[in-house]
Amino acid sequence: MAEFEPVLLANIHKPDSHTLSVYRAAGGYAAIKKVLSTMSPVDTVELVKASNLRGRGGAGFPCGLKWSFLPKDAPTVYMCVNADESEPATFNNRILMELDPHQVLEGIMIGCYATRAQTAYIYVRCEYPTAYKRLHQAIQECYGAGLLGQNINGSGFNLDIYLHRGAAAYICGEETGLIESLEGKRAWPRIKPPFPAIEGAFRKPTVVNNIETLANVPHIVNRGADWFKSMGVPSTNPKDPGSYGPKLYCISGHVNTPCCVELPLGVTCRELIERHGGGVWKGRKGKMAIPGGMSMGLLTEKEFDTPLDFAGPGKVGCLGLGTAAVTVMDETVSIVDYLNNACRFFAHESCGQCTPCREGTSWSSRLMTRILSGKGRLKDLEILQSISQSIGIMPGTTICGLADGAAWPLKNALGKFRGELEEYIKKTNPGGYQQEEPAMALVELAHH
Amino acid sequence: MTTTTAQPILTPQMRAEIEAYFPRYPTKQAVTLPALHIINEHLRCVPEGAIPELAKMLELSPAQVYDTLSFYGYFKSKPCGKVRAWVCRSISCSLRGGEEVLEALSEKLGVAPGETSGDGKVTLEFGECLGLCDFAPAMLANDTVYKNLSVEQAGDVAAQLKKQADAK
Ligand SMILES: Cc1cc2nc3c(=O)[nH]c(=O)nc-3n(C[C@H](O)[C@H](O)[C@H](O)COP(=O)(O)O)c2cc1C
Ligand code: SF4
Ligand code: FES
Repeated sequence: MAEFEPVLLANIHKPDSHTLSVYRAAGGYAAIKKVLSTMSPVDTVELVKASNLRGRGGAGFPCGLKWSFLPKDAPTVYMCVNADESEPATFNNRILMELDPHQVLEGIMIGCYATRAQTAYIYVRCEYPTAYKRLHQAIQECYGAGLLGQNINGSGFNLDIYLHRGAAAYICGEETGLIESLEGKRAWPRIKPPFPAIEGAFRKPTVVNNIETLANVPHIVNRGADWFKSMGVPSTNPKDPGSYGPKLYCISGHVNTPCCVELPLGVTCRELIERHGGGVWKGRKGKMAIPGGMSMGLLTEKEFDTPLDFAGPGKVGCLGLGTAAVTVMDETVSIVDYLNNACRFFAHESCGQCTPCREGTSWSSRLMTRILSGKGRLKDLEILQSISQSIGIMPGTTICGLADGAAWPLKNALGKFRGELEEYIKKTNPGGYQQEEPAMALVELAHH
Repeated sequence: MTTTTAQPILTPQMRAEIEAYFPRYPTKQAVTLPALHIINEHLRCVPEGAIPELAKMLELSPAQVYDTLSFYGYFKSKPCGKVRAWVCRSISCSLRGGEEVLEALSEKLGVAPGETSGDGKVTLEFGECLGLCDFAPAMLANDTVYKNLSVEQAGDVAAQLKKQADAK
């Protein structure tokens, strides 16, 4: 098989890849020109629909279909670009924004034209100061070159793009949490429906897209939907939109060369580790891996041959492809440490508005602290199990998907590594592991 | 009897910077986060006294501003050090020793995570995934990224952080 030639990362190794002149020299802004001069907004939506581009932010919703939900006659439409990228182990949006911000901006421009949005807000997490600066410079360059503002290229199309900084809260990545935060409020996700396409930012129709999703769009315009569909894993039934196009995979944790690599959707976890991550570090064996950001759950070593397309991880009990960020853990890692880290994260990041999520994440973190410190009881595993089954949109007890993301590490750890959890508890708490009585809280629990 | 009016906290410059954001949004409330960032950049915190002043500018009740502010643990009411350093404790950093690095830095700087060194130079905090997992364990100190940290480097890194504060 011929080596795959990067599309999204084609420019990042060039000197000054973040500047307008370098982007233009590589053919940049030809796509928006083509769109503005030869395509209607509806044509643009249809093209993206035909490509089957699916959202790269975690949910995998078909992008063109989402754009088609926006009312065609609304006087005001907003685009919110999701650059909150806070899913643990995910950093592909950072690379795109820092090293090829114009590619991102061109995707935003086309998305806005297609959805008739005249204002776009890029919600950038505040932990990304370099990405912010690069985008800021790139936006200034675009205004200077007549690519933003009024009557762009004499087409009658107007667009302003503004940067909006987050304040270190994971929940601002959830699309309606993002909108609330943009509006100046606490980032409490909204009950849906109404979906943002009907009532989003400032109560107006709004499209929310991830940075990587939008970065694909100029290439689809330049090279066509068939080119896009020539990569990836075809759909297997009419209801499945397939997994097409290039994807930025992040590989981190216990590999020799952590990195972000672009490949057609569908590479296996093992191939990522061996061929792109330089293998498991220190000559050790792999024990388990997170397939697509912390929220997606856990693969065992035996499951490393799972293809990382939109349908793959679900087949081995994970939540989904998520952000396609793989974290590898070697044979020395304890399942207890992994689960403690996962539970602590979600307890820290729950926005607190739904009781099952607020209490469930907080108690699972406390139970993990207890287990870790050698005071665990087998009963604690039952409690963790019941938490994992009762929180989330899927059981229908919470407003947003953060709780599903918190449930999956628990489900997979309890389902796939139950024996190791039990063993740890028995070994560290030989006198009390069978105890069923309510237990006293621990002092060291105040960690978030 | 004389009434004393407290000095306003928002300077004319801060006000001008905040007002520059008004045309970008259809509501003034949307300027809350940008404004909190501006105040935080000038004062390294958002003092409580700034809240009613900001609320007035944004045509909100102080409670609305406080509600938003208090949601984001990022904004503190007492000044942070000149350098605010976040050491990542999320999974990919943790697997490569991130939490040990945080502990070692904490020892070298003589502060617990969340505290500021006695000389006011460095605030040390834990962070959740900073999106720098390819450089794990990683730290973000103001706008500077520290990559591939190790416990052995903690002394040097602590000194670098102080130097970064002196240069500010
Ligand atoms: C808790 C939570 C956090 C999320 N964080 C992000 C994020 O940081 N970036 C992102 O693009 N999408 C994130 N999402 C998904 C968004 O809600 C939304 O689906 C996405 O931004 C849509 O863009 P896309 O269709 O282009 O992927 C998150 C979802 C949840 C439930
Ligand atoms: S599920 Fe959790 S994070 Fe999502 S809205 Fe409810 S409390 Fe907030
Ligand atoms: S896990 Fe530390 S930067 Fe991502």
